Amino acid sequence: MKLKGFEVTRLVRSMALATTAGVFALAAPAQAADTLKLGALGVMSGPFAGWGGVMCQTFKSRAGMWNDDGGVKIGDKTYQIEVVCVDDKGDPKGAQTGAEKLISEGIKYIQGPNTDSTAESAKTVMEANKTINMPYAFSKSLYTPPASQSILGMVASYQVGPVIYKWLMDNKGTKKIAFLSENNADPINQRNEGSAAAKALGLEVVSDQETYETGTTDFFPVLTKVIGTAPDHIVLSGVNPSDVGPLIKAARELGFEGTMSTETGQDPKAIFEVAGEAANGFIVAGGASTEAIRSDFMVKFIERYTKDWGEWNDVAGLFVYGPEIMVQTLQAVGPSALDDTEAFKAALDGFSGTNPFLKDGGTLRYVGRKDYGQARQVSVPIVVQVVKDGAYEPLFVGELAD
Amino acid sequence: MAQVLLNALVVGTTYALIALGITIIFSIMKIVNFAHGQLYMIGGFVVYYFNVVFGLPFWFGLLMSFVIVGAMGIAMELFLFRPVMLRVKREEVTMLLAMGTAVFLESLALIVFGEKQRGVPPIATGVVELFGARLPTGRIVVIGVAALLIVALMLFIGYTKTGRALRAMAQDREATALQGVNLKWLSAAGFGLGTGLAGLAGGLLVAIFAVHSGAGTAISIKAFLMIMIGGAGVLSGAILGGFVLGVLESVGYALLPGSMTFLVIFLIVIGFLIVRPNGIMGKPWG
Repeated sequence: MKLKGFEVTRLVRSMALATTAGVFALAAPAQAADTLKLGALGVMSGPFAGWGGVMCQTFKSRAGMWNDDGGVKIGDKTYQIEVVCVDDKGDPKGAQTGAEKLISEGIKYIQGPNTDSTAESAKTVMEANKTINMPYAFSKSLYTPPASQSILGMVASYQVGPVIYKWLMDNKGTKKIAFLSENNADPINQRNEGSAAAKALGLEVVSDQETYETGTTDFFPVLTKVIGTAPDHIVLSGVNPSDVGPLIKAARELGFEGTMSTETGQDPKAIFEVAGEAANGFIVAGGASTEAIRSDFMVKFIERYTKDWGEWNDVAGLFVYGPEIMVQTLQAVGPSALDDTEAFKAALDGFSGTNPFLKDGGTLRYVGRKDYGQARQVSVPIVVQVVKDGAYEPLFVGELAD
Repeated sequence: MAQVLLNALVVGTTYALIALGITIIFSIMKIVNFAHGQLYMIGGFVVYYFNVVFGLPFWFGLLMSFVIVGAMGIAMELFLFRPVMLRVKREEVTMLLAMGTAVFLESLALIVFGEKQRGVPPIATGVVELFGARLPTGRIVVIGVAALLIVALMLFIGYTKTGRALRAMAQDREATALQGVNLKWLSAAGFGLGTGLAGLAGGLLVAIFAVHSGAGTAISIKAFLMIMIGGAGVLSGAILGGFVLGVLESVGYALLPGSMTFLVIFLIVIGFLIVRPNGIMGKPWG
């Protein structure tokens, strides 16, 4: 009998981690002076749990590695990192109260939220309380002055989308493109931006008004209409991790033979499990841990994450950049940044840290001057990859323009 | 158009299967089980675990989805709903209890099953072309099995002693008790049958769709919509409601911009309920 150990042990691990967390929580008062609390705020339940839940787990695993190494040295003191996760349930109001909760615990640095609507909602709290947050949301108003407290933690769809479309035009002869998204503000925004970028490149947009409702199980009806427009390529704009596999599977079953892509982080194993061989060739931007480019340190992180949570999720390879640059910047600025985010922000322009996740090394910086007028984006590499038998194969790797 | 009609047939059949469990529980207990979608989701995971993780046949996993989720339903009736209903007569209390159960099951599922979507290997491969429309063989098998299950349930309810007792209890509990029927056992069995059907639907449909821990809420909403259209508490109404929603959804996506489809469906349902508040085949409550 075949038995997947990671599945069977998930509950045991979860309980063990919860128990361990409880023990540490009880022990916390004794070492409170040497503990640095950092936050994660995002959608950790429902169809989008594949983003916020993984973000929280990533932060906790990376913190565990720091703590196992003795902690993080900032100035003369060494701190144990404690990560506090709050589930905003994808609800803008939940994001506001979640941000307030984290701030009330004295937290000044937060990873997340995960969507435009929640990040925009939390922004008012973040700005008013001078708290730094790293959203995974693409709304430019979050990062453009007068806003100053938010730093985009990944590559935006409007940055990577045109790169993918150009590659498809040059390498696959793509001429007609269709966009499909969930009927929600974030995916629709990404669809509109993608469609505009495609038109600017000279592509014929044959469909960009079709949407499906949250929680759709059968995508045949909506895809029938999209495929009826005979596109060469379909973009699944802002697709959540729970829908991507069924969408690809349905498109292939309906006889679509063109290429498909998305600009949001996805896990190739999960896609392959649902869509099978139909998933092969699906193009994804995001996830910066492809085997071909990952360093030994990234391999260690993957092992740690797998040990903590039972199974690797490729999106964690993207999320880990947030805590890494956050802590490296705190170390560079020193103790003054722990209570005053102005000192942290002042350092963003000239900051240059080390990127431990790529085989070829490189630096971690804050970019985004071109798109936002100020350095408010983490220099995550642009990694465009295709699904191949449950893993990613890199298509091309690029750098964000600054 | 052939593809649209085939889509409507598949969506309608799957929706009918989903709606049956919730309407059985409503008919015998007068409880709107808002945890129906979560039980559907657990049924999907049961099949995933038996089939993919333990490497056992899909059909055995499907059987287990009925048994396990049915047993959960019996436990829910015995230890949650029955004690509450004995103390409180207000209907909204059981609705709140069902909602609380839904939230609990979804949170528990996230811890136990994780955040990833899960699927099982195809139960059949290949695609059949009918009048230019494509119908994957896996879907043919699934709608065939779903149709068989629906017919089997109708026969069970209509022609077996237990089925007749369930119908009698749905009509008049006191009169049924006076006939010597053990209502305590029958309530638990009926609740278990309803939840077992939710598990069976989730288990069967994971073969053509996928399942994830957050899938339940949307399923519950659609199931509720279906029994509102067809008539709450009437088995044939639930089946009809499922097909009506399936046709509206498939035709709506074909004729309207995607974002308008459910807007129009909800407008139609609101208008319909104003004219016929008990649904197509429903009777006035109480």
